Amino acid sequence: MDNKTAWAIATARQAATFLASLALTFVGLTAVTFFIGRLTKIDPVLAVVGDKASKEVYDQTFLALGLDRPLIVQYALYLKRVLSGEFGISVLTSQPVLSDLLRVFPATFELATIAIIIGMAVGVPAGVWAGARKGRWPDHIIRIVGLFGYSVPVFWLGLVGLFFFYGKLGWVSGTGRLDVFYDDVVTARTGVILIDAAIEGEWDIFRNAFSHLILPATILGYFSLAYIARMTRSFMIDQLAQEYVTAARVKGRSFWGAVWRHAFPNIMVPLITVVGLSYASLLEGAVLTETVFAWPGLGLYITRALFNSDMNAVLGGTILVGTIFVGINLFSDFLYRIFDPRLTAG
Amino acid sequence: MSETLLSVRNLSVAYPGRSGVTHALRNASFTLGRERLGIVGESGSGKTTAGRAILGLIPKPGIVMADELSFAGEPLLNRSESDWRKLRGRRMSMIMQDPKYSLNPVQRIGQQISETCRLHLGSTRKDAEQRSLAMLEAVKIRDPELVYNQYPHQLSGGMGQRAMIAMMLVAEPDLLIADEPTSALDVTVQNDVLRILDDLVTERGMGLIFISHNLTIVSSFCDRVLIMYGGKIMEECAADDLKKARHPYTRALVAAAPSLDEPRAELATVVRDPAWLA
Ligand SMILES: Nc1ncnc2c1ncn2[C@@H]1O[C@H](COP(=O)(O)OP(=O)(O)OP(=O)(O)O)[C@@H](O)[C@H]1O
Ligand SMILES: [Mg+2]
Repeated sequence: MDNKTAWAIATARQAATFLASLALTFVGLTAVTFFIGRLTKIDPVLAVVGDKASKEVYDQTFLALGLDRPLIVQYALYLKRVLSGEFGISVLTSQPVLSDLLRVFPATFELATIAIIIGMAVGVPAGVWAGARKGRWPDHIIRIVGLFGYSVPVFWLGLVGLFFFYGKLGWVSGTGRLDVFYDDVVTARTGVILIDAAIEGEWDIFRNAFSHLILPATILGYFSLAYIARMTRSFMIDQLAQEYVTAARVKGRSFWGAVWRHAFPNIMVPLITVVGLSYASLLEGAVLTETVFAWPGLGLYITRALFNSDMNAVLGGTILVGTIFVGINLFSDFLYRIFDPRLTAG
Repeated sequence: MSETLLSVRNLSVAYPGRSGVTHALRNASFTLGRERLGIVGESGSGKTTAGRAILGLIPKPGIVMADELSFAGEPLLNRSESDWRKLRGRRMSMIMQDPKYSLNPVQRIGQQISETCRLHLGSTRKDAEQRSLAMLEAVKIRDPELVYNQYPHQLSGGMGQRAMIAMMLVAEPDLLIADEPTSALDVTVQNDVLRILDDLVTERGMGLIFISHNLTIVSSFCDRVLIMYGGKIMEECAADDLKKARHPYTRALVAAAPSLDEPRAELATVVRDPAWLA
């Protein structure tokens, strides 16, 4: 068997595993949400027709929803609806859950993405530095800054941040995603205002959106930074104790050269896991931050739906969050293979 | 042996730890010319520690002390980081003990060998590749181009060891510390590698410190031998005179080594005396 065939077989096998795990996770996820939906005390018929409906309407809807069929058939029907994006109508907004999600998710996506970029851009170098200078002052400073990130409540930090940077200094804009008079100026193509504004060349709106975004994103970024830095530090300490780092220095690499060119590439795999997990949890939506900053995101949407027993919205949101987790995990898997030759077949 | 390359006087290395201080090396003194100096001793006797101390690579929190430690007439202690960078890899190098852990797992072999050239010889990519391939060939790797593009996990132990040797020899250092360079090699390849090292000593005037467990190889290959025990140099003698050694530890080691000339039913065990470390 020549190299090409071996490589093709290995790639095909990887793709098959990828699809199988995607399908399996999706079935599991929908099954859980389906049975949660069945186990709650909320009557699915009443949720549709309201409690003022006549017996006739009730029975008709009961049949239309297929509630007389066996559970497994009901699940199959549910799966079919979910796959075609039908999550039902949200009681709270009277809108299809899908269109609600398409509206709130970009807001969270925008916030989470800028936050994770900040978390990575600061957390990774800080962690590498702390690990390489273990037990010395950079390590201590980074630990204290990180500890602060763990112990301070996010809403407090949000309020203090708003008070200083918006109220006192005026460096950033206040709550919400845009100033009111910019609302609905650009068409929501992606729902991510930074992108939509850039597409239309509305740089004023871009700047305004950014000045709204930067404070909550920095605060969220700070929390993931603390976690990323702590993990990076411990991965780095492990790798720096390895013999190949000494070998690099025997060859004449400087200390920092050995750190960045030899040890650092070896922490990529665990680091991708950590960053992926942080990003996934940011994409779930950060309820407290979204509340403080009046940010119309996924976290706020799901929380409101929960408090109001808006089952369709809760289940739709859960499936979205689950899909994000699976997606990020699979993407991390794909990245591992790029960074670690031991994981590539052939 | 005309000229002294390395001069070591009362070199000590200590590792402070939770359960007290480990004295990994105690007052070791020796000199090295352009010759083959063997170091033998049981596991943990401080052989690797001695090599690392010479290269200034004792990890924290280890402490290094010496009355004298000089290379080519210049003191090595308290050298600046940039001095060290010019010395290591170029003028002194070390074949590390365990290739499995001493090669970077996520870098291609070729890249790891070329790195030495690019750091010291100012080689272009092409030139570095040429030198690396030639070096791989010199250490008797059958398909240098293939190995050049492989990752460490794809090599056998013996190939990894030879790749490590290539990596440390490619910049032609004046002083080479070889820490059990042939332990994973079969006898034919072992002889090839020993011949390469021998050529470097006799033709280019390299100084070689050859660390090994194998008394037979050391006594036939080296000019002089240091026998270490518990971080101390017990005895220094000419390799040919190992059999005539005086120190009880050396005699015990020699007696314990299996020999084809005088086969014995039972090998002697090495008896140790705490007084040797006093
Ligand atoms: N980084 C370290 N921290 C603490 N102690 C160490 C460290 N490195 C080595 N030692 C100790 O120093 C002593 C000498 O170790 P060294 O590695 O030099 O032995 P060696 O003669 O090379 O043994 P081997 O033949 O097994 O390679 C041992 O007792 C070891 O435990
Ligand atoms: Mg050793």
